Amino acid sequence: MNTGDSIEARRLDGNVLGGPLADLFAVDVTMAAVTCAHCGRVTPLAAHQVYADAPALVVRCPGCTDVVMRCASDQRGVRFEMSGVRMLVIAKQAEESG
Amino acid sequence: MRLPDWPGHVAGQHVDVRLTAPDGYTAQRSYSIASAPSEPEVDLVVERLDDGEVSPYLTDELRSGDLLEVRGPIGGFFVWPEHSDTSVQLVAGGSGVVPFVAMLAHHRTTGSSVPVGLMYSVRTPADVIGPDELQPRPGVGVVLTYTREAPGDWSGLRGRIDQEKLAQHVVPPDQGPAIMICGSTPFVEAVSRDLLALGHAADRIKTERYGGMGEGS
Amino acid sequence: MSFVSRGFEGRRRSGPPGRLPPGQHDVGDDFPVLSAGPVPYTKQDDWDFSIQGQVDGVQRWTWDEFRQLPREPITVDIHCVTSWSKFDTRWEGVSVDTLLDNVETAAEYVLAFSDGGYTTNLPLADVLDNQAWIVDTYDGEPLAAEHGGPARLLVPHLYFWKSAKWVRGLTLNLFDEPGFWENFGYHNYGDPWKEQRYAGD
Repeated sequence: MNTGDSIEARRLDGNVLGGPLADLFAVDVTMAAVTCAHCGRVTPLAAHQVYADAPALVVRCPGCTDVVMRCASDQRGVRFEMSGVRMLVIAKQAEESG
Repeated sequence: MRLPDWPGHVAGQHVDVRLTAPDGYTAQRSYSIASAPSEPEVDLVVERLDDGEVSPYLTDELRSGDLLEVRGPIGGFFVWPEHSDTSVQLVAGGSGVVPFVAMLAHHRTTGSSVPVGLMYSVRTPADVIGPDELQPRPGVGVVLTYTREAPGDWSGLRGRIDQEKLAQHVVPPDQGPAIMICGSTPFVEAVSRDLLALGHAADRIKTERYGGMGEGS
Repeated sequence: MSFVSRGFEGRRRSGPPGRLPPGQHDVGDDFPVLSAGPVPYTKQDDWDFSIQGQVDGVQRWTWDEFRQLPREPITVDIHCVTSWSKFDTRWEGVSVDTLLDNVETAAEYVLAFSDGGYTTNLPLADVLDNQAWIVDTYDGEPLAAEHGGPARLLVPHLYFWKSAKWVRGLTLNLFDEPGFWENFGYHNYGDPWKEQRYAGD
């Protein structure tokens, strides 16, 4: 990686999707296991590459770097596409007591 | 911050802070919660990026009594592994230590028996975040390395976290520690690569990246 | 009324009179780098530019051949859909008119394609008649990789997402095929003077 590359320095990961996607998903989707539609790799959404420059969040597979999903929210509402997701699996969370 | 109706958080979670200008323009960033879950107030630590859009407002302009739009707590992935059956290794670059300060505070206030180690790369002594939480205590190992300027009497590590430092201070791969790395993307990528090269399994490593050149720049 | 953060203005400055499209602000000396993906870092030796699609034969130029083509300096204002504008930006490159000079086609649309997979679509008429260039020089220096180097498309009369970074060619199409952002709710044409940011504007 080029150390002078400000684009790479600004790249984030799927942890930042928790807030924006809370408007769309009833559960914490950052913990979902995502199967990339391009290369088939299965990775937690939190571990995906996220390019968060306006005008949208662009989520890429850490294996093949193809686009897995895009999300934009603004005054008009939310736009979301996950055409790069073959499957998304959210494991049942164990109930914690107390 | 005192947040009304705050449901409490898990150490490692973050909040999203959104700023709105009079013309409707908004800017939003995520900040890790620095305070322990047992605290009534929610503390954030904000690193001021000179070319930032949100951080300069939060560090220079925001005054006590102002209203701030905050969403959270967010995140279930990069959180303290409450019932870990292995030791936990935390590796932080610069402001990436913030979620770990919350984790160490939580570890302390709950009397956790999970062995935890923190390796923390920081530029100068003035840059150390959460020093109170980094004090030595049983079951908690903290290793600091200064990359620009160390305290006068410093006999500890200097320079960036590299494979050699990790090999010396992180529990070996065969003990399968749960590893969490937080900092700028260049920092996280470099440390991940080094840990994988040392034989740690990819699925034992969790990462959280902050925007900015961070440590090492 | 919706929430307003006291004292937060963002980075808003108005520009020279008559040159700032609606909803834009002057970004001054800054030149924001925004990207939907990693920088491709294509080497000149590996680079070529092609015209393909509704053509009799694919036309292709290597970097050296591209550099031999007639070129010109261009000074233009640019407008990004994220609301920043920059005035009197100086580029050098080859007019798309030159590249399409010997091309006969029934196509009415182009899809510009780039290293890294980015695409953007335009009417063919909008890249002819001195409206579009393939540029490799910015402000007198070779175009930086972060800004789209070795070469990018420059179409200043439309929002800057149409000026595809890391461009490798144009596909001439009979039918309009939406590109990366056009497929995600952004306007198909993108005229900043009509504030055509989103589909339906």
